Amino acid sequence: MAEYLVENGSSVRPERPLEPESLLEPESLLEPQGRLERLRWALRSWQLSAAMWTRAAMAYRTSFVLMLGANIMITSLDFVVVILMFQHTDRLGGWTLPELGLLYGTSAFALGMADLLVGSVDALGERIRAGTLDVMLIRPAPALSQVCAERFTLRRLGRPAQATVVLLWSVSALRVDWSWDKVLLLAALLVSGTVIFGALFVGGATLQFWWGEAKELQNSFTYGGATLLHYPPTVFAKELVAGVTFGVPLAFVNWLPLLHILGKPDPLGLPAAFQFASPLAAALSVLVAALAWRAGLRAYRGAGN
Amino acid sequence: MGSSARLYLAIARGSFRRYSTYRAATLAGVFTNTVFGFILAYTFLALWRARPGLGGYDTSQAVTYIWVSQSLLITVAVWGGGFQDDVQERFRTGDIAVDLYRPVDFLGWWLAADLGRAGFQLLARGLAPITAGAIAFHARMPHSPLTWPVFLLSVLLAVLVSFGLRYLVSLSGFWLHDSDGVRAVMLVVAMFFSGMLLPLGLFPDGLRQAAQVLPWAALIQVPTDIFLERSTGSALLAGLGFQLAWAVVLLALGRAAQLLATRKVVVQGG
Repeated sequence: MAEYLVENGSSVRPERPLEPESLLEPESLLEPQGRLERLRWALRSWQLSAAMWTRAAMAYRTSFVLMLGANIMITSLDFVVVILMFQHTDRLGGWTLPELGLLYGTSAFALGMADLLVGSVDALGERIRAGTLDVMLIRPAPALSQVCAERFTLRRLGRPAQATVVLLWSVSALRVDWSWDKVLLLAALLVSGTVIFGALFVGGATLQFWWGEAKELQNSFTYGGATLLHYPPTVFAKELVAGVTFGVPLAFVNWLPLLHILGKPDPLGLPAAFQFASPLAAALSVLVAALAWRAGLRAYRGAGN
Repeated sequence: MGSSARLYLAIARGSFRRYSTYRAATLAGVFTNTVFGFILAYTFLALWRARPGLGGYDTSQAVTYIWVSQSLLITVAVWGGGFQDDVQERFRTGDIAVDLYRPVDFLGWWLAADLGRAGFQLLARGLAPITAGAIAFHARMPHSPLTWPVFLLSVLLAVLVSFGLRYLVSLSGFWLHDSDGVRAVMLVVAMFFSGMLLPLGLFPDGLRQAAQVLPWAALIQVPTDIFLERSTGSALLAGLGFQLAWAVVLLALGRAAQLLATRKVVVQGG
């Protein structure tokens, strides 16, 4: 368990679990050929690792429940602020509270799911510094799967769970005619939004290959981005809205598709096609993040251990 | 007396230098605070456009509120952290038992270290966001030059109150073995009741009055109101007195908890 030794100096922390044998099963030892096979292999590696960390966390049930509760409270604060703001006004940037609930619910759900699935990747810089990334690189599983699943914790379900409650409330409070295209669009935006935030987590963490201490930088785009998307685009300067449409593709997470669902005018006056383009933006984000990750891993020279 | 003052000064200086080592991390943090400042300032602009003069803040004060609070966030450690991470690690390794028997006061040591940290972070993480706010949003700078030293005094008191709170949380580790859970709950309470998310004056009745007497108001709300020159004359003195009173109470509680904790360690055999 060299990894734990490196992480903690000479003492092995007793509460941490030992590696399960499952990761070393012969089936996963060989790197498969073929694109689809490789993808399956990567997902399976992620799943095995995540299952191990879940089992470890469940050994301390009380602590887990407490932390899940605290997590739900922390992530609810943002919406509490919105509710408090609406004690003093009935519209913000021309949008009502249920409409903000829809913005909040979708944005927080997408961020929360992305954080649950790949959020651990943001500790990459620490792993590089401690030399534990090297251990992952020699294991017979894709490094990205391992980094994303390391310290996986269901505690992070707190944010999506709480976001779902807000989302359901806003859907019931809104007077929207839910035709099939709008339902489909809502489902598509939740998935695309999760993928976009996931790509931001991975792409942002990749910077740490070159700039090890830059962990907090990506918070601007992930947590900062989600905060931005809690509020309607009409609140912000047009330059900022354009920046998160054509630069970092945050606007595709919920702003653009929700303009269609809620029947609001686009402050930038973009063609309507943009409101349906979230899956495309998600695919592009994944491509960019994957290329960045590959470049980063190639540039990595090891910790010398 | 002179030699112990020199010792604490050396600890504070060492802590200041320790935090100044991580330049890239500091830069990344400043960038993030500034990004959040931009986002939140726009939301406040929208709220005050809908309700001019809300809570007694004019629009320029409301926007400045965001930038001052973003500048103070890390210095007064609303999220916790600073010495807490070090103490927590020492609980895990058991080194904490040794710490209590050092010929230096446990509370004094960590307080000096935390003041050094806060000094660095006020300079490194405080100046850039408020400057960005001044340029991009015409944040309202104090009109009277005297406000600056009073504001700095208030920030110092805020750090003392923050230290007092975090010290009690850390010491809970003596009884709970792990203060992670308490820390997580304190983070929620501190974010909400410090005025970091929304000025306390905008809270609904009941909650507002409660928030204004709880110690967390000393972290963000009081120093920010001083910066905005909303508190003048007797209100200013009341604000500073409020901070001082909580600092004294919390540090005394911390001292008492430390005595109890020390006895407990002896019982356990160290």
